[in-house]
Amino acid sequence: MAKIIVITSGKGGVGKTTSSAAVATGLALRGYKTAVIDFDVGLRNLDIIMGCERRVVYDFVNVINKEASLKQALIKDKRTQNLYILPASQTRDKDALTQEGVGAVLEELKQEFDYILCDSPAGIEKGALLAMYYADSAIIVTNPEVSSVRDSDRILGIIASKTRRAELGLPPVTEHLLLTRYSPTRVEKGEMLSIQDVKEILAIPLLGVIPESESVLRASNTGVPVTLDENSDAGKAYRDAVGRLLGEDIPHRFTTAQKKGIFQKLFSREGAPA
Amino acid sequence: MSIMNYIRGICNTNKTANVAKERLQIIIAHERSQNRNPDYLHRLQQELIEVIAKYVEVEEDQVRVQLDRIGENSILELNITIPERSLAAQD
Ligand SMILES: Nc1ncnc2c1ncn2[C@@H]1O[C@H](COP(=O)(O)OP(=O)(O)OP(=O)(O)O)[C@@H](O)[C@H]1O
Ligand SMILES: [Mg+2]
Repeated sequence: MAKIIVITSGKGGVGKTTSSAAVATGLALRGYKTAVIDFDVGLRNLDIIMGCERRVVYDFVNVINKEASLKQALIKDKRTQNLYILPASQTRDKDALTQEGVGAVLEELKQEFDYILCDSPAGIEKGALLAMYYADSAIIVTNPEVSSVRDSDRILGIIASKTRRAELGLPPVTEHLLLTRYSPTRVEKGEMLSIQDVKEILAIPLLGVIPESESVLRASNTGVPVTLDENSDAGKAYRDAVGRLLGEDIPHRFTTAQKKGIFQKLFSREGAPA
Repeated sequence: MSIMNYIRGICNTNKTANVAKERLQIIIAHERSQNRNPDYLHRLQQELIEVIAKYVEVEEDQVRVQLDRIGENSILELNITIPERSLAAQD
């Protein structure tokens, strides 16, 4: 059975697109046929993070309007097998996405794919509501910061009431917390909310903790999802999170400050064990 | 108290993460009570007022029903202010 997962947060700029690209790549690496859809109409970004921006011909809205077939619009990833991207439209028309249109595209994707990931735009407007509407699971991307946690709580309330599952009284959308841009050093100094703090407040299961990492910007610079960076702590943390999403029991890493020796400081890029 | 503990004590009160957590707990408890109230809460409040009004004289705004969520648990809080005179009238 195909599974639809929304990556959402309420607050902007917390790492939804980074996480969508990373988790989609991780699932495809595990052999699951995966499609990742950019719901951020007007602010297309996923194509850049996935490094396929020059291959965009048709987009999500073209498919909904039947100006192109799904086959024509889906971009097959060049690096990772089993991975496909459906880019957002750059139209400024706010009503380009309709509930029926989105539903029809997802239904068609479900015939072909194991996982369908929906990269939500920020906010709680139409685009964000449509991205979550058909979801079976939700990955709530949260930064250890007051406004982000508050918005995540808000989004959880909306998921519990405004999704298809909620409306039809089906089993609720499964919730996963993905804590990103986490800095164990700052947490230990008492400058940043800890994993425990955020878990306690949001009270949903923790899928993963992605450390604040320079490798994320490197990945975005080059258009290669961070999951593929063998040396990156963030990449490893995303691969672990994918394992947990698949039901594996994997301990969390990169959650305590590294005490680096002088040599490690001088020579290592990330200083994290493999 | 050793000097180290004293210094640590001062540092702890300056830890902004603690302030962040406290602020979050307050704002989220408040917002949840606004947004996640089930539909029956209003009716529950109305019926409670009717029942209480049978025994003591209370104004509608003196009965407050509030549902809070802390972690996995929900707490239903019932707050009734009974004026002195309506108690006195009972005797
Ligand atoms: N773990 C991380 N370490 C360092 N930087 C990160 C990390 N995760 C995300 N970022 C950076 O944060 C910024 C926002 O990331 P991203 O675009 O994924 O967020 P978003 O939630 O999709 O934003 P929007 O709401 O605009 O769609 C980017 O510059 C990205 O490189
Ligand atoms: Mg984004």
